[in-house]
Amino acid sequence: MGTLVEEIFSRKLGRPVKAGEIVMVDVDYMMTHDNTSPLAIKAFRDIGKPIMDKDRVVIHFDHAYPAPNVLAAETQKKIVDFMKEQSIKNFYHQGICHQVMIEEGFVTPGKIIIGGDSHSNTYGAFGCFGVGFGSTEIGVAWISGKTWFRVPETIHIKLTGKNLPGSYAKDVMIYVAGKLGMDGATYKSVEFSGEYIDRLPMHERIIFPNMSTEIGAKCGLIAVDDTTIKFLENETKAEGPFEKIVPVNPRYEREIEINVDEIEPQVACHPDVDNARPLKDVEGLPIDEVFLGTCTNGRYEDIEIFADIIKGKKVSRFTRVLVNPASRNVLQKMIDKGLVKILQDAGVTIGVTGCGACIGRHAGLLAPGEKAFTTMNRNFVGRMGSAEAEIYLGSPAAAAATAIEGKITDPRKYMRA
Amino acid sequence: MGKVWKFGHNVNTDVIIPARYNITIDEKELAKNVFCEVKPDYAKTVNPGDVIVAGDNFGCGSSREHAPIALKGSGAKCIIAKSYARIFFRNAINIGLPILECDVYDDVQEGDEFDVNLETGIIRNITNGKEFQAKPLPEFVLKIVNAGGIVNFLKSHNIEELQ
Repeated sequence: MGTLVEEIFSRKLGRPVKAGEIVMVDVDYMMTHDNTSPLAIKAFRDIGKPIMDKDRVVIHFDHAYPAPNVLAAETQKKIVDFMKEQSIKNFYHQGICHQVMIEEGFVTPGKIIIGGDSHSNTYGAFGCFGVGFGSTEIGVAWISGKTWFRVPETIHIKLTGKNLPGSYAKDVMIYVAGKLGMDGATYKSVEFSGEYIDRLPMHERIIFPNMSTEIGAKCGLIAVDDTTIKFLENETKAEGPFEKIVPVNPRYEREIEINVDEIEPQVACHPDVDNARPLKDVEGLPIDEVFLGTCTNGRYEDIEIFADIIKGKKVSRFTRVLVNPASRNVLQKMIDKGLVKILQDAGVTIGVTGCGACIGRHAGLLAPGEKAFTTMNRNFVGRMGSAEAEIYLGSPAAAAATAIEGKITDPRKYMRA
Repeated sequence: MGKVWKFGHNVNTDVIIPARYNITIDEKELAKNVFCEVKPDYAKTVNPGDVIVAGDNFGCGSSREHAPIALKGSGAKCIIAKSYARIFFRNAINIGLPILECDVYDDVQEGDEFDVNLETGIIRNITNGKEFQAKPLPEFVLKIVNAGGIVNFLKSHNIEELQ
């Protein structure tokens, strides 16, 4: 009985759990990456006790991989040495941690995963409690196998209607972030549902829990249905049976209903994610870098939308256009389906699978005065390099139209038959 | 007593310390670049015992622990904000960076002198004479704080003892 988050915790603890309770629970997986593993290792060594279950430790190299400088190389070497010493098997370096967690089958309904990355909320698209943690606490959980939570109250966002042509889940989520604000859901679980969500394929559903972080949420969750289960069975290594976790007579702290019928393409403008505006308000703004990728929009379907628009055209002469596939699987599918050729012909630079320019440590940093249009989830000052650069967030379709013109462009211009 | 450094609302982790400086976990090294983009004077002139004051949602954004570590390394006595982003809140408690939740924001100017009692949560603005009471931390969180952070707590306890 209860909201999705209450259902997950109740099943885990074998007793009814309500929002507001502080609970100690077993953690199914503890995830860190090249940026957050070192401090987890430090905490682990400082405490000086053994890892409880090595199979629950998952480490990815994605943030700045392969290493862009000697210091990063040294850090990564230390992590590898640690994994060898501790016989950690779950080590991946084939793409963005969240995408690989899904592909490799760690993310399934009802699991509790703590991630040393704020976008671990992404797993909520599969009815899995994914939550961002600091490294020290992950090092602690390696030893204890458990952690504490205050079970959060839930904000229910019901989405009805259908996207306009040229609008996608990304546009809807930017609109939602604009409505709720960057701290609109701090400490809360945000449950996304409604006929709009029901109809969405998984790669679009993922956007909502992924970006629930940007409105301060502890987790973003979507109920498990046939779409979820089919995806897990066909697109991931996860082994069923999978629990169909849904809310049961839930009591929400707040309910918001949004009809997406009228949501035009949106842009989250410099310098905050909740600075959401219709794209037409910033149309024509010159752009120096277009970056398609990340845990929000770096999946095959995102790149396919981008490629459909850019096919047969060239990117604007003075605009860097970068595509970083979310994983090796995504890149392989791009090769198999001919997308690599389309992008290469258009003058796009295809980068290494992983986080790419999103964290401003390699692969496409911005100079002072430059402006980027990207499919990322976050546009904070200094995020992609210089603090005097500006970042604008939008959909893969808007990124493609912008890449062609070198200025922010409405994707509908290139979508009319 | 310490001087107030005042910041705004939604101070995010990229503002506290940009990712390009997160190549070390040394608190003194990290402290050299804390707030480098928005208030470069801070890292150069902060004195031990100074206090950081901010509005809502302090520490939003990344889960990077480099942010509270850099602040701790800078020598600031504590942070006083109206509210905190959840990962930052846990991180600060876990590494032993004192944080107080209190709405002093509208009653303070940068450079005011503050007297903060971390035990009682009583905050005095010496400059304008106003006094505030910070929100008390939950009991189990205090166990972590009193141990000097989660690592120290775990050295002599197991995690169940938090409950």
